[in-house]
Amino acid sequence: MMTQEELKALNVDKSVDARGTACPGPLLEAKKAIGTIEEGEIMEILSADEGTKVDIPKWCSKQGHDYLGTVEENGYFKIYMRKNEI
Amino acid sequence: MQEELNSQIAQLQEQLDKLKKKVGKLENARKDQLSMAVVSGDLDKVMASMIIGIAAAAMDTKVKMFFSFWALSALRDEKKSAKGKNFISKMFGIMLPKGKNALKLSNMNMCGMGPVMIKHLMKKNNVLSLDDMFRTAGELGIEIIVCEMSMGLMGFKKEEFIDYPHLSYAGAATFVADAGESAAQLFI
Repeated sequence: MMTQEELKALNVDKSVDARGTACPGPLLEAKKAIGTIEEGEIMEILSADEGTKVDIPKWCSKQGHDYLGTVEENGYFKIYMRKNEI
Repeated sequence: MQEELNSQIAQLQEQLDKLKKKVGKLENARKDQLSMAVVSGDLDKVMASMIIGIAAAAMDTKVKMFFSFWALSALRDEKKSAKGKNFISKMFGIMLPKGKNALKLSNMNMCGMGPVMIKHLMKKNNVLSLDDMFRTAGELGIEIIVCEMSMGLMGFKKEEFIDYPHLSYAGAATFVADAGESAAQLFI
């Protein structure tokens, strides 16, 4: 887990904007996007769905990716993760 | 001394083999799989089943949905019909909802006003429609298994069901076998 400052300073390799979908849309978008990045790269998921900030860490721990943290913006969340090879 | 040691090693080896077998069995016993028996034909319950199924499939869990009894209404294609039905089967066909978009709510149905309101709210809140959910489920490889027995009971025929890429027909034993090897089972 990273601090808010560290998260904000991250260089993101892939950004997924899932603000237009409700549960389980953001998870689906994340699943689709994870195939397009390499091991060690960082992805952020933008979601307006409260459940997603709990769901993405669960997904990460199941798939063996690193969940880095969540930054709350005005009306949505930025959820950060790093891909690991499974 | 040497003999004693040899016999001890042999004993340990035997125990190790036994343990290996046990671990192997345990590993095979529960797959990363979700088995669902979807029996209800209510809009809310079919929707919940689909959302859970899609979320599981998005997490790379294998999903098998066994559709039975009232839930079969959700699999009817509104544009398709079948010929050669007897009187009772025809009556069932007329009285049951034709397709997922005609399902009723288990609560607050209010002569069809409830579903209209829910669908409006779903759209407003960016929740996938049932049509989109079935399409997504197909893309994710979610298996739908139709209960042959309920199909016969209600007089539904294979040609009236939706075109779904992973649709198959089976009996209760298939669900029991699938559920037995799944890490999670649900009855909805």
